[in-house]
Amino acid sequence: MTRFEVEELETLALRVREHIVRMSTNGGCFIGASLSCTDILVYLYKRFLNIRPETVNSEDRDILLLSKGHDVPALYGVLAETGFISRERLQHHLSVDDDIYWHPNRKVSGVEFHSGSLGHLLSVGMGMALDARMKGLATRVVVILGDGELNEGSIWEASLVASALSIDNLIAVVDRNHFQANLRTEELVPLEPLADKFRAFGWNATHVNGHDMRSLDECFTGLHLNTGSPTVVIADTRRGKGLPSIEEQADRWFCNFNVEETQALLDELNGHASATITSERLVVR
Amino acid sequence: MNAYEKLLLDTASRDERLVVITAENRGHLRTVPPMLGDRFIDVGIAEQTMIGMAGGMAVRGRVVVAHALAAFLTMRAFEFIRDDVAMVNAPVILVGMVPGVLSDGNGPTHQAIEDVSIMRGLPNMGVFCPCDEREFVDGMRVLLDSGHPWYVRYLNTPDLQIDQKPFEPGKAITLRGASLHHANVTILTYGFLTHQCIEAADALRDDDMHVRVVHMRTLKPVDSEAILSAARSSELVVTVEDHFLTGGLSSIVAETLMQYGQSVPVLSIGLPTWFAPGRLTEVLEAARLNSDAIAYRIRERFADIVHHSHMPPSPLTKASHV
Repeated sequence: MTRFEVEELETLALRVREHIVRMSTNGGCFIGASLSCTDILVYLYKRFLNIRPETVNSEDRDILLLSKGHDVPALYGVLAETGFISRERLQHHLSVDDDIYWHPNRKVSGVEFHSGSLGHLLSVGMGMALDARMKGLATRVVVILGDGELNEGSIWEASLVASALSIDNLIAVVDRNHFQANLRTEELVPLEPLADKFRAFGWNATHVNGHDMRSLDECFTGLHLNTGSPTVVIADTRRGKGLPSIEEQADRWFCNFNVEETQALLDELNGHASATITSERLVVR
Repeated sequence: MNAYEKLLLDTASRDERLVVITAENRGHLRTVPPMLGDRFIDVGIAEQTMIGMAGGMAVRGRVVVAHALAAFLTMRAFEFIRDDVAMVNAPVILVGMVPGVLSDGNGPTHQAIEDVSIMRGLPNMGVFCPCDEREFVDGMRVLLDSGHPWYVRYLNTPDLQIDQKPFEPGKAITLRGASLHHANVTILTYGFLTHQCIEAADALRDDDMHVRVVHMRTLKPVDSEAILSAARSSELVVTVEDHFLTGGLSSIVAETLMQYGQSVPVLSIGLPTWFAPGRLTEVLEAARLNSDAIAYRIRERFADIVHHSHMPPSPLTKASHV
C-alpha cells in the first residue's frame, strides 16, 4: 500500500471512530470492543472483501459476520462511510423505529446475519462458506470473534468441525483486545497460547497488529486460503483504541456518556487533550 | 432404501437447494451420503454447530433438513434453533429421531418429551407429528416447500391404513367417528400414540361408547376448530400424548378453550415425569399409554362424568428415575 492509501484508510477509521463515540451517548454502546475492531473492519471493507453497496445481494460476494455482535457500532460506522447505509441513519441508534441497536440486525443493508448471543456465527459462517463451495463460488467468509467469546464451547466445537470439513474459504479474525466484559481474559479464563490452540485444531493461524494498516494488508494478502484448512487471524488490539482516556480500562466496556463527555472524546480522537470522564463507570450488561 | 431416504433423494434430484445435515445420526439415512455427495454433511456429534451451519446455509437460499436425535437436536441446540433458525425464519426442517416414548430403553437423558412444548414456543416454527411413515413422507414434501422452519417428530412405523386426507398444516384428521356428530368422547392425539388411540376407541365402541379419534397432525399451527368442535360435541375430551403434560397438546387444548371461552371436561393422558425406560411395549404399559390403559382411563373418567363428578384425579408424580 502506498502512504497515501494508508492515510486514506486511517482517515476513514477516524470517521468510523467518531460515529462510535456519537453512538456512546443517549443510551450508550459497547464502545471498547467497537474501537478495538475498527481498523480491522475498515481494512477488510476497503481492501480485502469483495463487497460493495451495489453488490450487496450478489451471490458471489464475500461475507463478513460479527460473531461477538456488540462491536456493531464499528460495522455500522463502516457501512455508513462506505455507502451501504446513510450516515444520517446512525442518528437512529437505539430508536425503536429503526433496526440499529447494540447488536447487529440483518434488516440493515450490509449485515449478513444477526448476533448477540456469543458463540453462534462461526458455525453460521461455516454453513455459508460450505454453501459457496457447493456452488463453486469464490466467496470468502470472514467471522469476527471476540477473545472473550472464545470462552464459549460452541466456538471450539465449530472449530473442530470446520477443520474436519476442510472449510478453507473461512477466515476467523479474533479481535484480541485482551479483555472480556469486566476483566482481562488472562485473569479470568486464560486463552494463551491461543494460536497453538487453533493449530492443534487443524487451523492455519497467524498474528497481526490489528491497528496497523500495513500489517493488516501484509497479513490478509498473504493468507493461504483454499488449501484444505480454515484460517484464523489473531489480531492484537487494544480495547478502546483511539481514546487514551478510556483505553485498556476494565470498566470501560459499555459506556453511556453525557453530551459534554462525548464532545470531549470527539476532540480527543482528533488529537486534542484527553477527555476527563466522570460519568458512570462499569455498567455491567 | 426406506421411504425417508427415497423422499430426500427424490427431492434432492428435483431441487438443487436441498442439503441434508446430521450430527452423526446416519441410521435411517444409509443410502443418502453417497447419493447426495457434498449436499450431505455430517458434522459429528455437534448439534449446535449443525444448527448454526443449517441457518447459515438456509439464509443463502438452501433448504436444509437437519436430522439428529430429538432430545439433543431440540435441547442441546435449542438456543441455536431459536437464534439462527427461528429468528431468521429460515427453511430448516428439524427432523427429530426417536421422539417421545420411542427412545424406549435409552433412559431419561434421551427422552424428548418436552420437544413439542419448546419448539411450539418459538415464533415462526411449525411442529409436525406424523402418525406413520406414509404421513411423515407426505407431510415432509409439503414442509420442504414451505419456506419456513419446522420441527418434525420422525416416525417410520408402518402405514396405519387410514383413509388420509392430503396433508395440510393446521388441519387435523378424524380417524374414528364422524367429525361433526355427537360423541361421548373425543380423543385428541398425535404421532406414535395415534395407533394406540384407535385401538382404545375400538375397544370402547365394544362397550357401546361412541368415541371419536382426531389426529392433530400439526401441533403448530394447530387446528383450533377441531378442538372447539370436540368440545362442543362431546361429553369428554381426552388428550393423549407421549409428552409431558406441560406444554403439549393438553396445554394447547387448555389454551384454546380459554381463548374461545369454551368449557368441557378434559382428561389429559401424557407423561407427568420421565418414563421408566425399557422395551417399547413395556414402556407403554408402565406409562399407562397403551390402548388398554387409555381405554381404561377413559372408561373410568367417563363414568365419573356420568355420575356428575367433574373433579379430575390429581396427576401422580413419581420419584426421580436417576
